Amino acid sequence: MAKSGDKSGGSGKKSLKRKAAIAELQRAAVAEHEATESGVQPPKTAAFPPGFSISEIKNKQRRHLMFTRWKQQQRKEKLAAKKRLKKEREALGDKAPPKPIPKTIDNQRVYDETIVDPNDEEVAYDESTDEFASYFNRQTSPKILITTSDRPHGRTVRLCEQLSTVIPNSHVYYRRGLALKKIIPQCISRDFTDLIVINEDRKTPNGLILSHLPDGPTAHFKMSSVRLRKEIKRRGKDPTEHIPEIILNNFTTRLGHSVGRMFASLFPHNPQFIGRQVATFHNQRDYIFFRFHRYIFKSEKKVGIQELGPRFTLKLRSLQKGTFDSKYGEYEWVHKPREMDTSRRKFHL
Amino acid sequence: MASDAARWNHVWVGTETGILKGGWRGLASTESGGGTCGGLPLATLARLTPSTRRGEPSTKTSRELHGGGTATARGGGERPLLGRRRRDSGEWPLPGGSSGPGASQPPSPRHPALLCLQILVGCADRTVKHFSTEEGIFQGQRHCPGGEGTFRGLAQADGTLITCVDSGILRVWRDNDKEASPDPLLELRVGPGVCRMRQDPAHPHVVATGGKENALKVWDLQGSEEPVFRAKNVRNDWLDLRVPIWDQDIQFLPGSQKLVTCTGYHQVRVYDPASPQRRPVLETNYGEYPLTAMTLTPGGNSVIVGNTHGQLAEIDFRQGRLLGCLKGLAGSVRGLQCHPSKPLLASCGLDRVLRVHRIQNPRGLEHKVYLKSQLNCVLLSGRDNWEDEPQEPNKVPSEDTETDELWVALEAAAKRKLPDLKQTQRALQTKRRKKKRPGSTSP
Repeated sequence: MAKSGDKSGGSGKKSLKRKAAIAELQRAAVAEHEATESGVQPPKTAAFPPGFSISEIKNKQRRHLMFTRWKQQQRKEKLAAKKRLKKEREALGDKAPPKPIPKTIDNQRVYDETIVDPNDEEVAYDESTDEFASYFNRQTSPKILITTSDRPHGRTVRLCEQLSTVIPNSHVYYRRGLALKKIIPQCISRDFTDLIVINEDRKTPNGLILSHLPDGPTAHFKMSSVRLRKEIKRRGKDPTEHIPEIILNNFTTRLGHSVGRMFASLFPHNPQFIGRQVATFHNQRDYIFFRFHRYIFKSEKKVGIQELGPRFTLKLRSLQKGTFDSKYGEYEWVHKPREMDTSRRKFHL
Repeated sequence: MASDAARWNHVWVGTETGILKGGWRGLASTESGGGTCGGLPLATLARLTPSTRRGEPSTKTSRELHGGGTATARGGGERPLLGRRRRDSGEWPLPGGSSGPGASQPPSPRHPALLCLQILVGCADRTVKHFSTEEGIFQGQRHCPGGEGTFRGLAQADGTLITCVDSGILRVWRDNDKEASPDPLLELRVGPGVCRMRQDPAHPHVVATGGKENALKVWDLQGSEEPVFRAKNVRNDWLDLRVPIWDQDIQFLPGSQKLVTCTGYHQVRVYDPASPQRRPVLETNYGEYPLTAMTLTPGGNSVIVGNTHGQLAEIDFRQGRLLGCLKGLAGSVRGLQCHPSKPLLASCGLDRVLRVHRIQNPRGLEHKVYLKSQLNCVLLSGRDNWEDEPQEPNKVPSEDTETDELWVALEAAAKRKLPDLKQTQRALQTKRRKKKRPGSTSP
């Protein structure tokens, strides 16, 4: 009978389920009984027809059983293979081939020709004469105006307040329904160097417009994953008035350079190391993660950090040349999802 | 070698950092050509935009336009400096960062064995420089004062140089390098806020100007001081409000008197001075963003326009409909030019990449090159035989023993030490320039 054949095949392998085991023993006993009756030795090992797959078993419980058994065996084999490989490596010692590097999307990134070479003179000249040159030449020091879209809710207001503690020399103003194009000339006349507008939608902040003021570029970001101070677990005490250090990670392409310089120009040049505070803009796969920490060196190599301050993630939507003018301004870079996001391994920042 | 390289360059691009770059469109190699314009943003090849920058020119001028294969013709790494870097003399005015396009002089397309090509390059400090593609160096410059703002149009006609600046001063200069006379031959006031001045390729003395709140006007430089044709604004819109005017680019249609303009309010209009109607004969809209550049296609029925979002579209101006779009640009389109006979389009923009597209069968991107500065304008050589250029054997050019005191002085003042002696000797040759022929295509 096919059924008993299956069961006896199953009993050939190790079975963990007690019920199944008992059932099989019984069936095996029956089979044996039948077999001895017929005078033929029962088969000890599995006898599946070739081309048989576990998914063809119609009974769900038995199918599940077979599958779990197969999975455990695979795991065991994998572990055995690892151990064997490890032993071989140890045996070979120095002559062992190098460990293969696992593939990640960051590893597999397509070659981007716009990645800036640190010795590139043209880029260096370009950067020495662009809109941020006056900041990097220490001729101007930053003064930031932080505002929101009209009628902001609590979260956005609190985020603005916390941002103003993070960014030195920044002022928060309530946006009384004023047009940005009218705010900007007033800011310029009062010597502001940057304007940050946090856009809000449905009571959560979801966008950031960063405009460098005297005719500088305007970057528009999508903001997500905003965590205010009280939502951060295991955080340190509130940040002090010391000027933080800045870390800009992974802004490699030409566009990334421009955006990185925009962020750098928000903070004054002279970080106060006494304050041990650091603001990090980490770019990974076109997402920019902002974190604010306080660090302490426990020994020469061990550092402890406490996260202070708000935390959010930004994604660049467009970089416009000139101050905010979304309708008539010229765009240096616009994110076009259908054209630019075709490859999972291509990033722009 | 440098001169050979420069001669076979087909695509010339001007950048915001003041570098003129040229390259082969072809696949074979990456010849480099070009030079800096004194570290100033180039105002024009077709149209150049000055920025507020001035300053020390960067070191190596020529960067290669990679035409595909990496191959070759690095021709012995000592591809010498093409063009001279002029050090900042500190006199440049500081423009307010407005854009100042200007037209450039395309090389004559009718001579396949062309030896002498000249490109006029207008810079942000209102100097116009002559770049010789044959010799690969800037041969001279002249300062064109008057008015404010940057160049919006450059043209050459019968030995005269026509310039137009942002504030509306259109001047005709005698184009004689030996005597840079400070007085223009003719001066016209076109009206403030000019965005483009274009010369009619069929009639070199006819120019058209247009700008922001400055309606399209066609001027005859040999005629009276009044414009030959002054366009009228369209009727009030459905809310009975005046439609604002912002002509960003103008093209003359060959074979008739018509003009096509594209505006900053995303309209494309066709005007016909021959008809009694001064309003546009045809008007269409494309997109939601200002159209910044326009070029005629070789077929003759359509124009290709680009806007500030990097969208390119081919619009048929006989029927007023959209024929198709081209994608790829990520930044504002600053310069467009079609090849006069082949279905190729070169586009450059603020995203620092020069792209060559194919317009028909099939429509798509043919090639793109990353150039490290923001690009302002592009110029294509009108030669038909782009593919036929053989690899020039490195032959020593015939050395002229003429020495020109002026050139020696210029060289001494501006150049930096080069190991290549040939370069120096070539620079001392008499420059041969061909004037622009009337029948040639202008950008």
